[in-house]
Amino acid sequence: MTAPEMAPETVVDFSDHRGIWVYVQHRGGEAAPVAWQLLGIGREMAQQIGVPVAGVVLGHQVRHLCDQAISYGADTVYYIDDPVLERYRTQPYAHGMASLIRKHKPEVVLYGSTIHGRDVAGAVATLVRTGLAADATQLSIEEAGHLLHASRPDFGGKLMSTILCKRNRPQMATCRPGVFSVPEADSSRTGKVIKEKLGLKEGDVLTQVVEFIPESHHVDLSNAEIIVSGGRGLGGPKAFDMLFDLADAVGGVVGASRAAVMAGWIPYQHQVGQTGQTVRPRIYIACGISGAIQHLVGMQDSDVIIAINSDADAPILKTADYAIVGDMFEIVPALVRKLREMRLEGVVSPTVDDGMSADEEEQASA
Amino acid sequence: MHAVVSIKQVPDTSEVRIDPRTNTMIRSGVPSIVNPEDVHAVEEAVRLKERFGGKVTVVTMGPTQAINALREAVSLGADVAILCADRGFAGADTLATSYVIWKAIQRVDREDPVDIMLCGRQALDGDTGQVPPGVATRLGWPQLTSVLKIDEIDFEERFVRVHRLVEGGREIVRSTLPAVITCTRELNAPRYATFPNMVRAARFQPQIWDKAALGIADDDPNIGLRGSPTIVSKVWAPAPRQRSGTTNIDGSDPDRAAAELAEVLSGLGLTRSTHVSPVTAVPASAAGGEL
Ligand SMILES: Cc1cc2nc3c(=O)[nH]c(=O)nc-3n(C[C@H](O)[C@H](O)[C@H](O)COP(=O)(O)OP(=O)(O)OC[C@H]3O[C@@H](n4cnc5c(N)ncnc54)[C@H](O)[C@@H]3O)c2cc1C
Repeated sequence: MTAPEMAPETVVDFSDHRGIWVYVQHRGGEAAPVAWQLLGIGREMAQQIGVPVAGVVLGHQVRHLCDQAISYGADTVYYIDDPVLERYRTQPYAHGMASLIRKHKPEVVLYGSTIHGRDVAGAVATLVRTGLAADATQLSIEEAGHLLHASRPDFGGKLMSTILCKRNRPQMATCRPGVFSVPEADSSRTGKVIKEKLGLKEGDVLTQVVEFIPESHHVDLSNAEIIVSGGRGLGGPKAFDMLFDLADAVGGVVGASRAAVMAGWIPYQHQVGQTGQTVRPRIYIACGISGAIQHLVGMQDSDVIIAINSDADAPILKTADYAIVGDMFEIVPALVRKLREMRLEGVVSPTVDDGMSADEEEQASA
Repeated sequence: MHAVVSIKQVPDTSEVRIDPRTNTMIRSGVPSIVNPEDVHAVEEAVRLKERFGGKVTVVTMGPTQAINALREAVSLGADVAILCADRGFAGADTLATSYVIWKAIQRVDREDPVDIMLCGRQALDGDTGQVPPGVATRLGWPQLTSVLKIDEIDFEERFVRVHRLVEGGREIVRSTLPAVITCTRELNAPRYATFPNMVRAARFQPQIWDKAALGIADDDPNIGLRGSPTIVSKVWAPAPRQRSGTTNIDGSDPDRAAAELAEVLSGLGLTRSTHVSPVTAVPASAAGGEL
C-alpha cells in the first residue's frame, strides 16, 4: 500500500472537492442524536461557504433515515442499502464510506465521536489517506479556502487546541455528542437521495456480530433535561440513594464525577466530563463535586447550574447560578421532603419524559 | 502463539500544569507513564502466553526515553521489545504514526507470524483512539475496538470471540485471526511486576529500528511531519463560561435552604417536557478569540 504524495510546499487545488457530509450513525435503523446535531452545525457551515450539506446513510432497508436526514437539513443523502450492512461492522462500513468519498469527493466529513463513530472514522481516514481530528467540541469554517477549524480539549481539558488539515481532502473530524443542537426538523423539506452499491460480499467480511446485549439500566445523560450529580463528597455508594431520590422527585437522572466512578460507587455510564459525557440539561444539580476543569467542560453549558458544597471555596460554586454552601447530607433529604410536599399540594409535578427525542418522529419527503 | 502489543509513553496528564501566561505545558517534573489502557493490553497478551505458550512482543514509536515504557512492559512479562526511533518520525500525527507501527508489525510478522495484536483503546494525552484502526486497516486485519472481554479464542481454528462496549450496551463479535483488539480497563486487572522481572527489565536492551530497519526510504512521504495531514494551529486555555451572576443560598439552616431551593426549582418548571435544551453551539471564534 502506498499513500499519495503529500508535499507541504505545493499549493494543492481542491476545487473538485465540494460539500459537507455527515455520517448518519444508527443501530437497527434508529439514528443516534449526534447525527442530527452534526447536520445542524454542518448546514450552518455549508450555508456560510455556499456549498451543499449531505447525509450519508449505510444500512439495510433504512430508507426512512434518508428522509429524516433531509428533514434535519440535508440537501442530498448518499445511501447504500445492502444486506451486508444489516449490522454495523468496521470493514464493510468503512469500505462503503471510502468508496462514496472517492467517487463524490466531499471537502468535509463529520462523524460523532462515539465508539461507533471513532471506529469507522479511524478506518476511513486510513483508507482515503486524510487527516482526522478527534473529539471536536467546536467547529468553524473559513470562507477563503474552506478550511475546517476543529477544536478540542487537550491534556485532560486544561487546554483547547485547534486542528487543521490543509493538504488533504476531505477534512474529517469526529465530534462530541451533546455539544451541538439538534436543528428543528421540517418534514416539508425536499432533497435528493443518491443510491450507490457497496461492492462487497458477505464472504469478504471477516467478522460477524453474534449478539447485541442492551445495557440493563441504560442512562441517557446526553438527552436528560434534569441531572442530579454526585461526587467524592458522597463518601460511598450508599449515599447515591439520596441522589436517586432527588432525581426521582425532580424527574431527572443521576450523573457523577469521575472520582465517584473511579471509586466504584456508580457505573461509568453516569460519568459527566472530559472522559465521560458532555451534557446540557436544563437544570444541573451538583452535590459534593468540587468542579475540576475536567468536570466543568462536560456540564458548563447547562442552562441552570445549582451546586451544593460544604467548602465555600469550591470552584463549582463560581460556575453555579445558585450556590449553596452547606452539608448536602442535610440539605438534599430536606429538599426531597419539601418537593414531595409541594407535589402533594399540586405546586410542582415531575417532568414527564417519554424518553423520545425530537429526532425520532419526523419524516421528510425526499 | 505470538501476540504483539503496541504501547505509548504519555505524560501523566493528572500532573500536567499549564503556564497561564504562555498557554504551554509545563513539562519539567511531569512523570512519563505507560498509557494506562496499554498496560491492560500487555496484561492480556501475557495472559494469552500463559494459557497457550508462545511469546509477547511490544512495539512503540518515540524518543529514546520511551525505552522506559518498553522496560515496564518487559517487567510485566513481555519477551521482545522494539523501539521505532528515527529523526524522520518526529511530528507524526495519527496517520503517520500508524504507518510506522504498521511497518514494524509487518517486519515482526515476517520474522515470526503474528496471531493477534493488542493495543490500548486510546491514549491519555491525545485521546484519539485512531492509531489502532489505522494499523488494522493498513494490515487488512479486522479491528475489534473497546473490548471488555475475550470470550473465546482458538489459535488452531484461528478465530476470536469478544465482548465490545458499544452505545447502549455490549456486542458479541466473532472475528478471524489475526485481528487487532483495543483494550479497555474492564478487560483485566494488570499484575504487579515480580522482583525477578523487574531486575530483568532494568537491564533489558530493546531493539531499535530506524527507517532503514523498517524498510522506509529517506524520502518516504508517509512519515513524520510530511506524512501528517493534520496540524495543531492554535492552543489556548478555555475560559470558564461566565454566568451573569450567582445567587447565594445560605445552607447553614438546611430546611430553609431546601425550601428556597424548592422554590427555585418550581420556578424553573419541573413540568416542562421539551427535548434538548435550545442552547446553540459556541463557534470557535467566539470562544477562542483570534482565529
Ligand atoms: C485526563 C483526565 C480526565 C478526567 N476526566 C474527568 C471527567 O470526565 N469527569 C470528572 O468529573 N472528572 C474528571 N477528571 C478528574 C477531575 O480532575 C477531578 O479529580 C474530579 O472531577 C473530582 O471529583 P469530585 O469533584 O467528585 O471530587 P473532589 O474534588 O474530591 O470534590 C469533592 C467535593 O465534595 C465536597 N463535599 C464533601 N463533603 C460534603 C458534604 N457533606 N456536603 C457537600 N459537599 C461536600 C468537598 O467540599 C469537595 O468540593 C479527569 C482527570 C484527568 C486527569
